[in-house]
Amino acid sequence: MPIYQYILKRVLIAIPTLLIVSMISFAIMRLEVHLPPLSVQWGGQAVQLFEGFNINPIDPLAELRLNPAISKAALEQERARRGLDKPAPIQYWLWLKNLLQFNPKALVQGHLNQFFTPNLGLNFSGESVAHILAQRLPNTILLNLVTIAVIWLIAIPLGIYAALNWRTRLDTLLTIFSSTGMAAPSFVIALLLGFVAVKTGIAPYGGLTSVNFEEMNFLEKLFDLAHHLVLPVTVLSIGGIAGLQRQMRGNLLDVLEAEYVRVARAKGLPEHKVIYKHAVRTAINPLVTMFGFEFGTLLSGSAIVEMVLQYPGIGQLALEAARQTDTNMVMSVMLLGATMLLLGNLLGDILLKVVDPRIELA
Amino acid sequence: MAKPEPPKTGPAPSPTTAVVSDPLPATGTPPPATLWRTIWKECRRDQLVMAAATFLVAIYGVMLLSGFIAPYTAHFSDRDLAYIPPTPIFVVKDHRPAWPYVVPYKRVFDAETYNVGFEPDYSRHYPIRLFYSGGAYRLFNLIPTTIHLFGVDEPGRLFVLGTDQNGHDNFSRLLIGSVPSLTIGFLALLVVFPIGLVYGGASGYFGGRVDNLMMRLAEIIMSIPQFYLLIALAALLPSDINSTLRFALIVIILAFIGWAGLSRVIRGMVLSIKEQEYVEAAEALGASSLWVIWRHLIPQTATYAIVAVTLGVPGYLLAESALSFLGLGIQQPDASWGNMLSEAQNLSNIIYRPWLLMGPGLLIFFTILSFNVLGDKLRDVLDPKSQRTA
Repeated sequence: MPIYQYILKRVLIAIPTLLIVSMISFAIMRLEVHLPPLSVQWGGQAVQLFEGFNINPIDPLAELRLNPAISKAALEQERARRGLDKPAPIQYWLWLKNLLQFNPKALVQGHLNQFFTPNLGLNFSGESVAHILAQRLPNTILLNLVTIAVIWLIAIPLGIYAALNWRTRLDTLLTIFSSTGMAAPSFVIALLLGFVAVKTGIAPYGGLTSVNFEEMNFLEKLFDLAHHLVLPVTVLSIGGIAGLQRQMRGNLLDVLEAEYVRVARAKGLPEHKVIYKHAVRTAINPLVTMFGFEFGTLLSGSAIVEMVLQYPGIGQLALEAARQTDTNMVMSVMLLGATMLLLGNLLGDILLKVVDPRIELA
Repeated sequence: MAKPEPPKTGPAPSPTTAVVSDPLPATGTPPPATLWRTIWKECRRDQLVMAAATFLVAIYGVMLLSGFIAPYTAHFSDRDLAYIPPTPIFVVKDHRPAWPYVVPYKRVFDAETYNVGFEPDYSRHYPIRLFYSGGAYRLFNLIPTTIHLFGVDEPGRLFVLGTDQNGHDNFSRLLIGSVPSLTIGFLALLVVFPIGLVYGGASGYFGGRVDNLMMRLAEIIMSIPQFYLLIALAALLPSDINSTLRFALIVIILAFIGWAGLSRVIRGMVLSIKEQEYVEAAEALGASSLWVIWRHLIPQTATYAIVAVTLGVPGYLLAESALSFLGLGIQQPDASWGNMLSEAQNLSNIIYRPWLLMGPGLLIFFTILSFNVLGDKLRDVLDPKSQRTA
């Protein structure tokens, strides 16, 4: 199957997936559970086995109503927009209609940014959800891309090195490092490194830009961004490097025993050619398959690190929204997260095809 | 959806390769006694694995007796002594060795520097008493008792690892908080495994369109970033329920998120076992599907299950501690390692009160490390074809 056809197919499959994801998040935000207490008669006495509990449906406008800056009229408008007095399926339909605001005219006129203008409503403090997401999304993507690049650039050479020096002291050291990196919870690493950063002043803690970011020239801006990324990227990549390094080492060790490696050596190829042209290329393939999977774990992992380090990304937004039970924001964030995950998986599969042309896309 | 065919084993430890280690179809997998003996023989040779296993046995043993070993209950609090550092224990009295004792402390406030300090009163001594009768608790969650392994008379205080913001004894909370942290993985897997087995088994067994539809649903659950789903669900839990119920609901939430991945693996196993020659042979000999499931499928999933449980527990431990750390899991005044760590969110606590972070942080770290070491070894032993780790 040609690659563009494959991409088209995957995108078409993604549409119903995302629809169901949005339905699930919609259902979660309207979850209502009532379990009555349960007691049995035991020797003439009532013994309570289970005290029962209620999950009451959340009032989607509660926070807005408490906010003095939101006028009655705006509140009424939001209620009408979401059809909160109508049954749930109609509310969902309205939500979907508000999301899918496409404007083909803008495309013709050349205003590309006005082509897709979803109306996602207001968050708990009355700001536009779409506006906030547009601000935060690039930050999370930037963080994740830089982290993946750092992980691969460090872990692959380390893995190759460890495999080629199997069971030497340095290999043992790397094994200990990778076990440590995989066992330490990311938020504990974030706390410790955050403490070090604050104490020593090596890297700034929290945020993505300095206060005077707007006054800087291009180079200064770039440096400022990079400086602010040091801490979150370091925290996030420790776990990733540990895992990927181990995988690479294991794969390469397996491949080094393969027949064709022995044949290549027997032919008299120089050792570096045997390793880098034959063994490493094969050993790296399964890792590329993992790429999409890794993107997903990273997205989930970066959420808690964003929260601890106060990084202005989607993860921090998700926690804030969940704590406030902010229906609009939670639904948008879940959908956005799922979209990024699906895109990451697709990217991984396409990359695999590029790395290994023998693979048939189906 | 057909994924591009990976040239080697994918990210998940391919369980189907366990088939290879069992070339004799007529006898099936060796009886469990031999299986455990093989594991024991292999593990005993590896010092690191033995260390990990010893640590786990010790920590679960302490967990069982946590109420007894802890000098205070989890809810005990002395607000006058909030944030006091670990209590020093003296063993010398009047230049002579003496039975260990502690001295009482008083909170003092320096009006000039605004510093809060703690002043010892060396004139009064409180010896540490063994089998001390203190706060009431239930041993093994069953037997009501007041006997603690050690303690000191009031108003003396023995805070082995200092106290937190509310004057709770950190050491006691570390012990009692180990119960939710250490059991959540097994409890969640207890819920996840039956769901995954039935769902994945049915999907693989029926095949075709049913399989397609069921796996698509599992993929949809997996396409929501897990942590987002976790916090969205946890935030809905009512705040007025008791801690046991809250804990149970968190287990259910974790299971709801975790079943999809497992069911995919189980499905893969069922599909490949269906294709095995010895299964065909058994069927040709007239074996019923129940016999095939009992003699061939279950024994093979058993080895996989051992590995999956050992490698799966740390994930749930991490999820619980992350949730509690964010204030969405186990709530104060109940203790878990995660919610003890949440005190460390305050940077000044890390700098001035490191004892708050050290205990739970190190315990989480070493527990996960031990499970990983043990799980890797088990995988190597039970599934020799999978990736080499040592």
